[in-house]
Amino acid sequence: MSAAKANSNTQTSDDLAPTTPLVEFTKEQDLSAYQTMLTIRRFEEKAGQMYGMGLIGGFCHLYIGQEAVVVGMQMALKKGDQVITGYRDHGHMIACGLDPKGVMAELTGRAHGLSKGKGGSMHMFSVEKGFYGGHGIVGAQVPLGTGLAFANRYRGNDNVSLAYFGDGAANQGQVYESFNMAELWKLPVVYVIENNHYAMGTASTRSSSETNLSRRGLSFKIPGEQVDGMDVRAVKAAADKAVAWCRAGKGPYILEMLTYRYRGHSMSDPAKYRTREEVDKVRTTHDPIDMARNRILEKKFAKEDDLKKIDASVRDAINEAAEFATHDPEPDVSELFTDIYR
Amino acid sequence: MPTNILMPALSPTMEKGNLAKWLKKEGDTIKSGDIIAEIETDKATMEVEASDEGTLGKILVAEGTQDVAVNTPIAVILADGESASAASAAPAAKSAPPAKTETKADIKADAKSSPAAAAPEAPHVQAPQVLPPSDPDIPEGTEMVTMTMREALRDAMAEEMRRDGDVFVMGEEVAEYQGAYKVTQGLLQEFGDKRVIDTPITEHGFAGLGVGAALAGLKPIVEFMTFNFAMQAIDQIINSAAKTLYMSGGQMGCSIVFRGPNGAASRVAAQHSQDYSAWYSNIPGLRVVTPSNAADAKGLLKAAIRDPNPVIFLENEMLYGHSGPVPKLDDFVLPIGKAKIARAGKDVTIIAWSNGMTYALKAAEELSKDGIEAEVIDLRTLKPMDTETIIASVKKTGRAVTVEEGWAQSGVGAEIAARIMEQAFDYLDAPVARVSGKEVPMPYAANLEKLALPSVAEVVEAAKAVSYR
Repeated sequence: MSAAKANSNTQTSDDLAPTTPLVEFTKEQDLSAYQTMLTIRRFEEKAGQMYGMGLIGGFCHLYIGQEAVVVGMQMALKKGDQVITGYRDHGHMIACGLDPKGVMAELTGRAHGLSKGKGGSMHMFSVEKGFYGGHGIVGAQVPLGTGLAFANRYRGNDNVSLAYFGDGAANQGQVYESFNMAELWKLPVVYVIENNHYAMGTASTRSSSETNLSRRGLSFKIPGEQVDGMDVRAVKAAADKAVAWCRAGKGPYILEMLTYRYRGHSMSDPAKYRTREEVDKVRTTHDPIDMARNRILEKKFAKEDDLKKIDASVRDAINEAAEFATHDPEPDVSELFTDIYR
Repeated sequence: MPTNILMPALSPTMEKGNLAKWLKKEGDTIKSGDIIAEIETDKATMEVEASDEGTLGKILVAEGTQDVAVNTPIAVILADGESASAASAAPAAKSAPPAKTETKADIKADAKSSPAAAAPEAPHVQAPQVLPPSDPDIPEGTEMVTMTMREALRDAMAEEMRRDGDVFVMGEEVAEYQGAYKVTQGLLQEFGDKRVIDTPITEHGFAGLGVGAALAGLKPIVEFMTFNFAMQAIDQIINSAAKTLYMSGGQMGCSIVFRGPNGAASRVAAQHSQDYSAWYSNIPGLRVVTPSNAADAKGLLKAAIRDPNPVIFLENEMLYGHSGPVPKLDDFVLPIGKAKIARAGKDVTIIAWSNGMTYALKAAEELSKDGIEAEVIDLRTLKPMDTETIIASVKKTGRAVTVEEGWAQSGVGAEIAARIMEQAFDYLDAPVARVSGKEVPMPYAANLEKLALPSVAEVVEAAKAVSYR
């Protein structure tokens, strides 16, 4: 297996792990993935709407289009595994099982937001759900996620950490400092590169000398592969392989998720650096949720009416979260000076 | 029920915009995510996406309309089975009022109106501080062992590593080389390479890795070969270590010590001779500890390792070899945040820390020969700063001199002077004097280097000046 060879001293570009074959989902997996992806989509649409109404301030980076990545990855995890990501983090939190109410109330800066209204869109955490943020500095989560993996190895458990970052962050130096230590010490971390092809407004072809980001670990002897990040089944299959690699003590693994964001980099980005046709093409032919929906209907895992029920329940849950986040009070002024020190 | 589509804001500051174009017409079927219109401001053009499904029942604001206020209904979406006539019946504003923005004035007013809140004398810019406990009593007859500061630091780490399996030390050359300045001597032999870890030369990376391990509950001691190199890592120290507890609403913090030599060594020039005392003590969420002698180094490093917060532990290469008495106790821990009166006096207060104490104590001896009895305060911790001890002393002496190797502008001395001005203005008989490093990059030439640093003579001169002598 070429991935095993990746640890020899004779690695070449052929040592990239071969693309993992896709494994069909069971009915339960397909329906569950559909519902979670849809929850993220509806949550983000609502967040965008509430931002437009002035209920959400500051920066707000939406995950619309990329849902299959985080949902498929999460399906490979077990209790005690850790997830850490950058600022485009709402989807990761929902996939980790955090209550959309708490996430939305944090977006509106309210008392019962996940961070009591002190973190905002980019800074939320949950020890209980293994979600380690939510980090606003591009690339900073990569050494942090490597440190989570270090803690797993130190404790001798078989837990794995997922460190997500984008094609933009992939050009930060600390990413490579992390790659080096992770392979040197065989740390159980999966580097999940969410390549949505634009670092804010800069296309990856204009920012990266090597745009195949799965190759970015080669000189550190870290195996990597490209994955169709729009197909949740492909993501899950690759995640299973990468996570098993890490659990077995073989060191880090890189998964480059080829994905796409439909919205601008943040709410204030009109996204004029790409054409509407480009966005529409992905949306109409490769939408992760539409593809899952069509598959479910084709395979007769559910009827149109059943899916409508799921759609309605998701919409209700998101409306409830929005309602909660709109009427929850702002944090008490006494919170200004709490949580600085323990 | 028909749903209004509202004029969205492109940014929190946008109040109105132009409705440039409708991309859907009345009667069209709308799906979530469909682009239905374009709006523009002087800064940008933005697409409006539908977040509801149904039929576009009625367009309320025609395309080309200028200056449409944010949150004005611009169209109505009808659900299945609703008629267009219902459109006009859509409630005018479905949206809840935007969050009320409290101004600073509101907060102040609240604080004043609440009887529980103490009315601050000075502007309330800091969290109320809990006073640290005093130094523990050292039982009479305790043996004092003379050791170097280097050995005291090593012993502190070894004791804490024996006590707690979650404590480990990592950094460049800490293991096999036994420490670039031999501070970690012997630790590899006792604790093995799992807990004493040589890192690659990769400060930003291993500082971040340490913070990640701390977020997961371990207690790393991260050694920087010198704090000059920590500038490569300062984003992880400040943005990740210091701020996470607050940003998580208290859910997730990190117990981590960043330690190593700080400030000027000798003849190593500008890039290896900077004092970061002021830098780190500017950051809420960090504790900053700066011992000047072996006993304090031991007791405070043990406290730093046990502290649940990120601690910046600034050592000094010039002091590593200095010996001093350290009490031989099973568990000698000193409180972080408590200054020590290193020499009692009544005429002038000299406030120093770390290597600044070397100048301060020698100057006090000189001054004594001239009949000026200086009280020398060793701050030991810069954050939280023991203002109480400073103020009590200044109220007694009426005069104060600060000593630091760092630069004067925005320095720790400036902060001390401000606090004295705020809290003991009426007791001052002279303006506070600052002795500091000169505002130049550290020169290499021996004579220039000496001039760039504070000196005993400068401290003596400053103490005499504030005493009008």
